Amino acid sequence: MDAVVPATDHVIVRKIEDPPRRRRRWPIHTLIYAGLAYIVATIFLLPYVEMIISAVRPANEMLDRNFLPSHFDVSSFLNIWSTGFGHNLRISLEVAGGSTILVLLVAIPAAYYTARQRFRGRAFFMLLVLVTQMFQPTAMLVGIYREFLSFGMIDTVSSLILVNAGFNMAFAVWILNAYFSAIPQELEEAAFIDGSTRLGALFRITLPLALPGIVTALIFTFIAAWNEFIVALTLTTSQAAEPLTVTLNSYIGQYQVDWRHLFAGSVIATIPVIILFALIEGKVVGGLTAGSIK
Amino acid sequence: MSISAAHEGVAAIRRRRPLRLETRLAPLIWVGPAMALIVVVVIWPVVIMIKTAFQHISPDGFILGWAGWRNFVFLWQEPDLPGILLRTCIWVATVVVGTMLISLALSQLFNQKFPGRRIARWALIAPWAASVMMTSIVFRWALDPNNGIINVVLHDLGLLQRFNSDASDWLGTPDRAFAWMIVVAIFVSVPFSTYALLAGLQSIPSDVYEAARVDGAGTWRTYLTITLPLLRPAFIVALLINVMNVFNSFPIIWEMTRGGPGHETSTTTTFMYQLKESYIGESAAMSVVNFGLVVIIVLLYLRATVWNREAA
Repeated sequence: MDAVVPATDHVIVRKIEDPPRRRRRWPIHTLIYAGLAYIVATIFLLPYVEMIISAVRPANEMLDRNFLPSHFDVSSFLNIWSTGFGHNLRISLEVAGGSTILVLLVAIPAAYYTARQRFRGRAFFMLLVLVTQMFQPTAMLVGIYREFLSFGMIDTVSSLILVNAGFNMAFAVWILNAYFSAIPQELEEAAFIDGSTRLGALFRITLPLALPGIVTALIFTFIAAWNEFIVALTLTTSQAAEPLTVTLNSYIGQYQVDWRHLFAGSVIATIPVIILFALIEGKVVGGLTAGSIK
Repeated sequence: MSISAAHEGVAAIRRRRPLRLETRLAPLIWVGPAMALIVVVVIWPVVIMIKTAFQHISPDGFILGWAGWRNFVFLWQEPDLPGILLRTCIWVATVVVGTMLISLALSQLFNQKFPGRRIARWALIAPWAASVMMTSIVFRWALDPNNGIINVVLHDLGLLQRFNSDASDWLGTPDRAFAWMIVVAIFVSVPFSTYALLAGLQSIPSDVYEAARVDGAGTWRTYLTITLPLLRPAFIVALLINVMNVFNSFPIIWEMTRGGPGHETSTTTTFMYQLKESYIGESAAMSVVNFGLVVIIVLLYLRATVWNREAA
């Protein structure tokens, strides 16, 4: 009986033990660790706190030498929309959303098949994926630019979707491959015997079980494409075709910087992404290091 | 076609020898789209880039013919190139070494048990999740000679005498601007590295530590003889990923100084971008050089990861 319901037992034991543990005082070295860790954590948050404070600084206090303004002024968040910012926000959403969908469409079948079948060229494919994971578009920017120029795809959302999907697919393939490999093949074979096709088994059994991996790949790709800067800077020439990162970059003029709008835009572009990333935080390292850390 | 491929798994169980055509085509259907994406977006640009490096292209984009090695000769003759190469080496070395040392310490700290550890770890991911470009812009703002928050803090501490002075204009002189860029690069690289090392630390079985304690090994001795050697695979992988990221890093330098004044804060990556504006052939030549270095890093990475798998 014990072996069948160990989880419940465990929960009950924990519940009984919990109150005395909370009353017990933490040893001094634990408190020192905690204090140090909180200081480090605060340091890593400071730039984003400063970003928010600068975004809500009143215009006439932008040049003041203090930590906090006399009052908060959210007008920069309201009038940034009249600068066409909403249009660029939509382009960013299209690029990030499109890249994510494309990555999932190509990575799921590839990861599934490589997890389930041994076929000629499998090792080569996995090696290629590992190599593309290390590559970054920066190193081959000139080639990317000339390729999409020759396709007539400068200033298009689809060119940005293709590049972002291509360079982020490796992460999705690795993490999904690990999830699919961990799902016992017997579960699918049971479905085959019940008359299901491979595709049917994939959709009804494997994909739901691999959902945490899919969500991780989805959020990771979305954020990477959302934050991407240099390819978008290279492949767009008109403001109407720019995603957010390039638009915000253009707020930095030769002699003047529109700091208030720059930071309001940065807050809108950054804070949701940090929260999304927190959801998948524990799973990202495994995907990025391609299963080399066990 | 895909339905017949879908049946293949069942067929393989029932029949000894599945149909030849199906077995040969099935991988193409499942893996083909991913292959196609890699070819179009990653491999083909490399081919075009190498071709461009040997072409003579006018600033307005017309191909005027083959250039032979002339683009490489022009690149070699750039008076700023030696400085840029040296700076690239300093950039990669200091940022990666700084990042790995800080991450080693932080991963130990965040591996301890303390109340609120989960929240503290969450705070650590902010620079990793946020766009590097926007983080760089905040630092540029914080270093403003008139009212940057870093200058305000330094002034309050008595380390800075006057605002709007040379001392407060951190990004105005190449050396000090470059030093701050290194700080920003370490700042955005530490979270991933710390997480990678944390994953490595958690994979070390606790009975190894117990054995060390029974043998009477002290904290430092345990760290040096057990933790560090067992952390080696995770450390090397994180290190090489960092080398790649830092070498390819563009937004930090671009947002803080645009590589200027002149090219005095440029690395080979930002220099390649600046050349692209007018001399695309020479820019492609610079890219080919950069790409050669990238390939070397990838080969080291493959060696390290294959080594890890064999050890596991």
